[in-house]
Amino acid sequence: MVIGLCTGNAVAADRPEVNPTVLEAQQQRVEAMRRASTATVAVFGLDGGGGGSGVLISPDGFALTNYHVSSACGDHMRCGLNDGRMYDAVIVGVDAVGDVSLIQLLGREDFPTAPMGDSSQIRVGQWCFSAGNPFGLAANRQPSVSLGLISGKNRYQYPAGTILEYADCIQTDAAVNPGNSGGPLFNLAGEIIGINGRCSFEKRGRVNVGVGYAISINQIRTFLSLLKSGRLLDHATLGATVATDDAGRVLVSNILSTSDAYRRGLRYGDEVVRFADREVNTTNDFKNILGTLPKDFRVPIDIRREGKDQTLLVRLVGIHTSNQLVKIVEMGLDGEPKEEKPNEKPNEGPPDSEEKDRPDNRDNDQDLPQVDPETGKLLPGVPDKKLAAAMLESRVGFSNYFYNRKQRLDIAKRLSEWGNYASLTSLKLKGKLAGESTLVELTIGSDDVNLLLGSRHFQYKGDVSDAIAERRQGGLAVALRALKELLQNGPEKIGETVYLGQLPVYSSQSLKLSEQSWHHVMESSWYDAKVRYSWDENTNQISLVELFGDEGTDPAELYLDNYKKFEIEGQQFMFPGRLRLQFGTEIAVVVDVDELNSSQASTPITQPKPEVLPQTTEPAKVESNATEPKDGTKDK
Amino acid sequence: MLVTIPERTFNLARQSIRSLCLIMLLASCTCVFAQSVQLGTLQDRVMGTELKTVKLYGAGGMGLDAYQSGIFISGDGHILTVWSTVLDVSDIFAVTSDGRRLKAQIVGIDPNLELAVLKADQPPPAFFSLADSAIATPGERVMAISNLFGIAAGNEMSSVQKGVIMTITDLKARRGNFQSVYQGPALIIDAMSNNPGAAGGALVNLRGQLLGVLGKELRDTSANIWINYALPASQFKQSVQSILDGKTIARASVARKVVDRPTSLPALGIALIPNILSKTPAYVDLVEPNSRAAKAGLQPDDLILFVNSQRISSQSSLLEELNYLDRGDQLALLVQRGTELREVIVRP
Repeated sequence: MVIGLCTGNAVAADRPEVNPTVLEAQQQRVEAMRRASTATVAVFGLDGGGGGSGVLISPDGFALTNYHVSSACGDHMRCGLNDGRMYDAVIVGVDAVGDVSLIQLLGREDFPTAPMGDSSQIRVGQWCFSAGNPFGLAANRQPSVSLGLISGKNRYQYPAGTILEYADCIQTDAAVNPGNSGGPLFNLAGEIIGINGRCSFEKRGRVNVGVGYAISINQIRTFLSLLKSGRLLDHATLGATVATDDAGRVLVSNILSTSDAYRRGLRYGDEVVRFADREVNTTNDFKNILGTLPKDFRVPIDIRREGKDQTLLVRLVGIHTSNQLVKIVEMGLDGEPKEEKPNEKPNEGPPDSEEKDRPDNRDNDQDLPQVDPETGKLLPGVPDKKLAAAMLESRVGFSNYFYNRKQRLDIAKRLSEWGNYASLTSLKLKGKLAGESTLVELTIGSDDVNLLLGSRHFQYKGDVSDAIAERRQGGLAVALRALKELLQNGPEKIGETVYLGQLPVYSSQSLKLSEQSWHHVMESSWYDAKVRYSWDENTNQISLVELFGDEGTDPAELYLDNYKKFEIEGQQFMFPGRLRLQFGTEIAVVVDVDELNSSQASTPITQPKPEVLPQTTEPAKVESNATEPKDGTKDK
Repeated sequence: MLVTIPERTFNLARQSIRSLCLIMLLASCTCVFAQSVQLGTLQDRVMGTELKTVKLYGAGGMGLDAYQSGIFISGDGHILTVWSTVLDVSDIFAVTSDGRRLKAQIVGIDPNLELAVLKADQPPPAFFSLADSAIATPGERVMAISNLFGIAAGNEMSSVQKGVIMTITDLKARRGNFQSVYQGPALIIDAMSNNPGAAGGALVNLRGQLLGVLGKELRDTSANIWINYALPASQFKQSVQSILDGKTIARASVARKVVDRPTSLPALGIALIPNILSKTPAYVDLVEPNSRAAKAGLQPDDLILFVNSQRISSQSSLLEELNYLDRGDQLALLVQRGTELREVIVRP
């Protein structure tokens, strides 16, 4: 190098002509790295400890990092960008199994972001670069960048214990060192293809030995809306295991008879050909696919039995119970052998004198100013530090309950546009069985529901799991009653309601995962069952109401479409024009709705004003579907 | 550690400048491959090379890895790899990049290069022709393809890393306290290529031509750092052909002259168990108190497996080996004590 400098002139004189396209490519790479650097985040704890990386994915400050970074930094973090500023940030969602956390940086609506690429398109030998905060070097807010190759893809790295499973991950020789954790891996177009998280270390010490692993961005994309729910997320299990036989086929080697897979017809010895739209050739393939899927997902599984192929649609359940998840997150990650830990020396973080007088978040809740539930913002002039404290809400089973509540309030507000259902005490709908002349009449009161289906009469009251287990057409009445309760009282009053995130809804004939639209799902405890509402934010329609009864029985699925406006007493009410009840994949009844009425409209009780966050931790107090009572709504 | 090939030393400055230019040029070129019209070219070459490399699984345990890497060198399924304890099994398993699991057996070894040629029971998906291998130059961009750390499980393909040939120099390295057997020219790489399991992997240029084979994990003798290197193809081409032709490669004797004042077991203070068989193992029966062996910590019942880097298969091979060692030499013994492997250094 010294020689090179001393003979600088000779170098210039000897330099061969460089092809302009080469220079252009170099310029593009430099530009991609410059843009990528603006979105790369250095993550620290409030005390300047911890020390990992992250990447901004939306202008309102949502950023991805590793769970093992956020867990070390605490729920309230300080994040540095290459504009030289430090921002307060709060934890949003946690996927401890996948080692991913979503955080939100506060204080701007125009954060620089990096686009997410498609990690299924990467090829081994392709160039890529990592960016982040190795060894706390980005304490000066300038991320380190390192160019490398994709060394391997679809790598399966065993979990440490039952968490930190890196399935279907990307291996790179771009430098990934302690502190790079949570930082992005980019392709040369500057698109995020993964989140760096793990390294192979050996006798050479805790430094890069040419092997780093990144969680694929496609896995994270699947989890993203779930992360926005502020919950502790879990990965999926099928309720069946597979093994490779001597001929190299992947066969079901064990299956739980209580699993949805079993009820859909999966059996011991079936050959698995495809899973979630992807080919399965080895046990490893299967584990790679399953490891990237969240709990509650529904995916197709293609099997071959006695030479015949068929596709089953299966529901995946969680690996852990919710209590186990809570315990795992409480215990932290100490004692993980192979897992990269962020820099543990707090003195390598930025010395930030501002932090010394930080308020204790937990004790000062009463003093906190109100936060607008819609924007999550405080009055102007309130420091982000206080805002961060106001946006953190602890609750068992959640990483940050604030975000879950916010999502539910958003949905409830949109649902109130369907019409003033709160003014109706009972709903009466008339229609016909699809394609037939059989009349259908349904009356949903406040306590019971009556269904007339031709000459048959169903009546349900109170508990609903028995009605679900019956697998009869009467399930229609129960599911519609659940819908009416949502519309009339809002999600907070049905029972304990949790926003889950977006999940695929298989409303058409297609069983391809890639062809499904993903809808926001809220789950409520309702009598002795659980009810899930899938809501399409684009159309503001509920596409599916599912009722889950006893374990081991199929839920009742009511698919709703053909939405129409019905007029009741001069007011407009949106309601589905077609109802399809299904158990498993078996259709029980399809009804076309012709008329919607209220048997008696009542004067709405005085509507309380919508309450604002975070004055209370009790979600039930928030009356979210409250709308202005309209003139002419009178007691009959 | 800089360029020490004599004719090049004179021209060091010029070489470095050229190397720098070459690095810059290649660095930019490869980005073009990845981004513009030629998209995929580099990846295709990687894929082509992947198909010529193979993952090998054999003996291990006691802290020794049971896997390493290899390359196919013939359409008949011949595999070139490093000669190591991994190969100490009757059937070695070879997993190809197209996911097949083959059985392989040793055809022959070169004890001087510590390389072995195996033959698999099925033809490979692709292979390197050693005749077409290229000569590496310092500053050249390279890719190392191996199953380092055994990351590529099941049918996954080997890992690929990028790097630059830093220099070509004689290997002055050791494994534990043993001087490496091979001390000839080696391609020194700037990438962390020589990790556990990488030995036997391919080093190729960006055109996919074979430059060399990744060696075993070694430390530099003077600096004590782990080095990343490959044996140049030019060094093993002939020897491998001889093995393929069915010849046995003798241990080179150039550096191993019978010394004028050889050491002996009594001089070391070691008595072995009675030598009654043609292959009596070199078990220590007695260690004379205050002897060199006693000071080194050798104990009765230790089984001597290696003296310096030479393998000791019997008492007679130990006695023969001592003829090459001067009384004043330091000896590094690898012994098995119970279930443990231990290194014992006998100082003069």
